[in-house]
Amino acid sequence: MSMQPTDLAVVNDIIQRHAANPTELLQILREVQASFRCVSAPVMRVIADALSIPVTQVQAVTEFYSFLSDDPVGRYDIRMSDSITDHMLGSRELAEYLCQRLGIKAGHTREDGVVSFHFTSCTGLCDQGPAAMVNGMALSCLDQARIDCIADLVNAETPVSEWPTEFFQVEDNIRRASLLLEGAFEPGAAIRKALLNGRDAMFNELDQSGLRGRGGAGFKTALKWRFCYEGPEGTDPDDPAIARFVVCNADEGEPGTFKDRVLLNSYAHEVFEGMTVCAALIGSRQGYLYLRGEYLHLHQPLLRVLEERRRLNLLGQNILGQTAFDFDIKIHLGAGAYICGEESALIESLEGKRGKPRNRPPYPVTHGYLGKPTVVNNVETFMAAARIAVNGGAWFAAQGTDKSKGTKILSVSGDCERPGIYEYPFGTTIAQILADCRATDPFGVQIGGPSGTFISAHEFDRKMAFEDLATGGSFIVFNHTRDVLEITRNFMHFFAHESCGFCTPCRVGTSLLRNMLDKICEGHGTPYDLVELTHMAKLVRTTSHCGLGQTAANPILSTLERYPDLYEKRLKAISFEPGFDLDGALAISRQLTGRNDAHAHLEQVG
Amino acid sequence: MKPNTITIDGQEVPFIPGQTIIEAATAASVYIPHLCHNPEFKPHGSCKLCTVQVNGRSCSACTMPAAEGQQILNNTKELNDTRRSLTQMLFVEGNHFCPGCEKTGNCQLQAVGYYVGMLDTHFPHFFPKRNVDASHPDVLLDLDRCILCELCVRASRDMDGKSIFGIAGRGMQSHLVVNSDSGKLADTHLSLTDKAVHVCPVGAIIVKRTAYLSPIGERVYDQEDIAEVALEHDQALTGGEHG
Repeated sequence: MSMQPTDLAVVNDIIQRHAANPTELLQILREVQASFRCVSAPVMRVIADALSIPVTQVQAVTEFYSFLSDDPVGRYDIRMSDSITDHMLGSRELAEYLCQRLGIKAGHTREDGVVSFHFTSCTGLCDQGPAAMVNGMALSCLDQARIDCIADLVNAETPVSEWPTEFFQVEDNIRRASLLLEGAFEPGAAIRKALLNGRDAMFNELDQSGLRGRGGAGFKTALKWRFCYEGPEGTDPDDPAIARFVVCNADEGEPGTFKDRVLLNSYAHEVFEGMTVCAALIGSRQGYLYLRGEYLHLHQPLLRVLEERRRLNLLGQNILGQTAFDFDIKIHLGAGAYICGEESALIESLEGKRGKPRNRPPYPVTHGYLGKPTVVNNVETFMAAARIAVNGGAWFAAQGTDKSKGTKILSVSGDCERPGIYEYPFGTTIAQILADCRATDPFGVQIGGPSGTFISAHEFDRKMAFEDLATGGSFIVFNHTRDVLEITRNFMHFFAHESCGFCTPCRVGTSLLRNMLDKICEGHGTPYDLVELTHMAKLVRTTSHCGLGQTAANPILSTLERYPDLYEKRLKAISFEPGFDLDGALAISRQLTGRNDAHAHLEQVG
Repeated sequence: MKPNTITIDGQEVPFIPGQTIIEAATAASVYIPHLCHNPEFKPHGSCKLCTVQVNGRSCSACTMPAAEGQQILNNTKELNDTRRSLTQMLFVEGNHFCPGCEKTGNCQLQAVGYYVGMLDTHFPHFFPKRNVDASHPDVLLDLDRCILCELCVRASRDMDGKSIFGIAGRGMQSHLVVNSDSGKLADTHLSLTDKAVHVCPVGAIIVKRTAYLSPIGERVYDQEDIAEVALEHDQALTGGEHG
């Protein structure tokens, strides 16, 4: 296998723009994929040699991320969001229609190489779905008319840049603004305050604010930043030789979450400013924004904001005239892997590797990016930190509850009239949120996405707070027409697809759970299968390596606890039916022999 | 309690600061089942067979540092049931046919299966399509049996300095890959003396012309169960018993 000289030049140019740096491997592969529609074996070899890494690492990374492939995708690479919220808006029917219009099967590239179609995990447009992506760019509000138009554009091979701009329109849909979302922010105000008041005073303000990480885990931000500043045991925090990193986790992959998309679209200065304040406090020179690949449409606008901040001397050298306060931010794009939202997997990905969660301890605050002390925080956390720096800890702590100070930004979607972004003080009841978003006939709510909790209508007086219903922000409303088992099934397919594969219980267990649930949903389940389902769900929860596996069984356990009757209704009266499909096992033989008569089938007794 | 002591199933076990739970246990001749752990390599923590309860929380004994005050449960019915399920999951994920396998009787997966009382594979088999690579003159690579412990990956990278193996893919599609343009072992610098050839706990990496040399009754796990074999092996590597 060899490459055309012109192709080789393109690849080498991409590599050189990333200084042949192995930590840039994922960025290089993204660009190669965009240029050649795949990462072929000869290209893998060129990259491996240029970066001085084993070709297995290039292959490993290529195969790990959903948006990279070793087989060519179409010149129009269409990926339909497969979130439950898209399903509820009719995405599956639209997908079928689109595939029919394009003459293509889902998961395949058309023979002429023009177009390919895949399903993909939630793309974060749940408030304006059904959604999809074409060549990485988000498509919103799909309906039959739009699908017709897209099919025509693809078949006429009209460049994506000439497609109607309204197809790519992404709205903020801010429905309720409070502490963080209302009021103007003057870029630089938080940094000035931090430089004026000094490290100890700022740590105190942050501590008083009670701010806890907004990604879901809720670790106290002041503590995390202080640990990072102090570094591993035995180091002098003020030693300028110690490298530290500030990483903003914008890999918002939890289905039903899209608040970070809005924050990065309309509040990017606050987010970058929060990172810069963090850098000032912990002594960091380099920050990274890990932007999920699905938000490619935000990449250029964010680069412009960074450029503007450099112009304003809010990034770069001697920031705001402070000698030796040098800090800058790079944007690192993901490529379709939910697991990279886990902070140590995100760091691995930043280093150009597969997103495999690390063993802890040690934690990223002491051994993070490149083994150096690293703060990883959610987009909303950095934004809140910037506001707290300006307005003070007491301002923030005045809202919320004793254990959950301040406000939380929610992404509301599903069966409601006003989906979008809502900011509430912690302690707000679910009933209040349902009333505000004008939920129609609510039956249950998925709080915190698939990894969170499904609550029933009896629990709407519960509160959104770390001490009751903790959430990273996903809030999906379901009405009485929805099928709880189908919702759970969608979530289990999601986890089986997104498991990184490192540990046995999550790698094998999520696939077993998916298959068990499929069996029940397809009408082959028996009482024995419910026992098995529960047993496996608990095993995956208790023995998995990271948060993904530990929460992957939540959809099953939380719905089984609340609606055992809905599961039982789907079961057969017999005590057991084998998972082995006798007739299905003959399918290949039928295909090979071209037979489909009665004798070519076996009936299962059960 | 004496300083630097943990308890495992009620037994006091001393530890040296920096040791993991499994290292302290091994030194005290307490066996904790494991497959991906090998004291010659950095802790990995992927197979999860060494899952123990530390003060009520599930942890991997091979990666968790031993610390003062840890009350650890190891040899309990509940944990051994979990280990049996995990072993069965490894069996159905790949294609393991013990009776005909070259590694039978000498295989850690099979031996752990016996140890945890596994009588069947319990779960529906996935029957994945995986390849055999017989291209190398001395070494056979049968991916049907790979359990993704990454011992060969670690050995080749960290000891042999060759990085011949890697793991690619994601989730259930994860698979062992070989560092050559053809993807075949024959096109690598793998040699029979490489550590990577000799660390596979299962029958995925087999030295050619060594199969079935020991008759039934004289194979490794015919004579001793895996608890005894593993303790002897691991203690020899870490300087024997203490305490």
